[in-house]
Amino acid sequence: MSETAQQMARATKQRWHQGGRARRRQVLDRIATGTSIAAGVFLVLVLLSILWTLLSRGLAGISWATVTHSMGPPGSGGGLGNAILGSIIQTGLALAMAAPLGLFCGIYLSEYGGKHNHFASVVRFVSDVLMSAPSILIGLFIYQLVVVPWGHFSGFAGAVALAVLAVPVIVRTTEDMLRLVPTSMREAGAALGAPRWRVILSLCLRSARQGVLTGILLAVARMGGETAPLLFTSLGNQTWSLRLDKPMASLPVAIYQYAGASYDDWVQLAWAGALLITCGVLMINIIVRLSARR
Amino acid sequence: MSMAPVPRSSKRQLGLDVLFHALFWASALLVLLILGGLIVLMATGGWKALTTFGLSFFDQSAWNPVKDRYGALAPLLGTVLSTVIALLLAIPLAFGTAFWLTNIASSRLAAIIGTAVQLLAAVPSIIFGMWGFFTIVPLVARYVQPFVNHHFRHVFILGPLLKGPPIGTGVMTSGIVLAVMIAPFITAVMCDVFGAVPPMLRESAYGLGATRWEVMWKIIAPWSRNGMIGAIVLGMGRALGETMAVTFVIGNVTSVGWSLFAPRSTVASLIALQFPESPAGSLRLSSLMALGFTLMLLSCASLVVARCLRGGRQ
Repeated sequence: MSETAQQMARATKQRWHQGGRARRRQVLDRIATGTSIAAGVFLVLVLLSILWTLLSRGLAGISWATVTHSMGPPGSGGGLGNAILGSIIQTGLALAMAAPLGLFCGIYLSEYGGKHNHFASVVRFVSDVLMSAPSILIGLFIYQLVVVPWGHFSGFAGAVALAVLAVPVIVRTTEDMLRLVPTSMREAGAALGAPRWRVILSLCLRSARQGVLTGILLAVARMGGETAPLLFTSLGNQTWSLRLDKPMASLPVAIYQYAGASYDDWVQLAWAGALLITCGVLMINIIVRLSARR
Repeated sequence: MSMAPVPRSSKRQLGLDVLFHALFWASALLVLLILGGLIVLMATGGWKALTTFGLSFFDQSAWNPVKDRYGALAPLLGTVLSTVIALLLAIPLAFGTAFWLTNIASSRLAAIIGTAVQLLAAVPSIIFGMWGFFTIVPLVARYVQPFVNHHFRHVFILGPLLKGPPIGTGVMTSGIVLAVMIAPFITAVMCDVFGAVPPMLRESAYGLGATRWEVMWKIIAPWSRNGMIGAIVLGMGRALGETMAVTFVIGNVTSVGWSLFAPRSTVASLIALQFPESPAGSLRLSSLMALGFTLMLLSCASLVVARCLRGGRQ
């Protein structure tokens, strides 16, 4: 190699390794990488901090009495049993209303709502609007729609409010999952002489079963933690009540009432309830993710 | 369809087909009617307040149940300010996390961190409220506020922005809590958007010797600009309407001012707190409905913007 070539090579090497643009680029890359890892770690730490706060404050309040006794005045050894039962009843009833409606609407959008079906694209958009609508407004809406005409708060109104929250989630997942079913399967069904409803219900829906169930589970998780819409509809109740036409307790509303109280045992119960509800919701999400991976 | 005469059984099938089509169609219509009913009932509920106060409803700062005079300025300002703070904090958090998950982390690590971020998104909002009240509020009151009060008191614009009694609740605190609430949502959408960049572009840039950050900033970010803005607007929509988390940490005082550390209220928190004291048919309830209607319009508008930018659903 000639002298000049060697010099040039050395110069290039120097420019690459010390100072100059390359160094700056490398440093910038390090800084950016480090910062973004820090951002991700921060979010994970927030999750851990929330879980730690819940466990450290809530674990002491969880006992058999917490889930079996009804809410009571401070110092009376009350629990959250009626709130848990109320939450289960309202969520179940809401699911019974929302699941068929969301399912059918999702089927319509996927099976009948092609590119040129303007009605379907409007419905699709409306469902998205409903999904991102503030939940407190859903509560106000059901208050106007159900509570005002009836003249009193009721567990049924709470269930309707939760159903309105759940429908768009189910619609979206049902449509997305049905779209993944290959067209050839529909054609095969039709070729065997099956009518369209049969193809949809027995073939498409059946093969998309897992995904559709996932959507319904996610909707349950969303309903379980909602507080704002229940404040104006089922109101909350201090005693055991199974009547749907009367105010009904629910876990999130009970937490909301107790968390701001100045009695230690109420605050303790609020944290216990918060721990229960978070565990439930996160458990559903973990199950969904695990089954989706399989 | 067929030329042959239709047998009876398939006639019944045809009838069932029509019936099911009608059922599916009616369900879709019902979803449409739910939103229609929501908007109409909000508007009629708030009609009394809007006709009583007219347009001055939106620039009156007083929220005075004693004199029965209501203005939307204080809660609207609270909503806008806390949403802006939340976005300013959440955007870098989400962008960084998405960058890490899609470009840096190994797929094993990314799966774990991704799950954690998704779980954070699933935590109910009331839990965020309680956590914020017992973790962030003392932190702000004990460390952040004394610090900024001491150092920035006399700085030109920052002084009045940052002053306030060190009680910890306020717009800034709710902005922080909202930021960690919406960051996981924005992260998830951003990960999807970054994943949609053609691998060819990415690999060519690496082949030319670009660093990871250069690939991110000069190739992926410009390519997915619209998608990122869509994700941010989606997060904004959530922050605008969040109720429970904000109610715990904002202090709930209806006043107007520029200090970020003073207790305020937002549209959603005001509705949640004042509703139980507002009898049916009162002007107060109607004012709350009018606020709700405004919030609904804001939420709709943010969704329309997000959809236009994302170019429909993915």
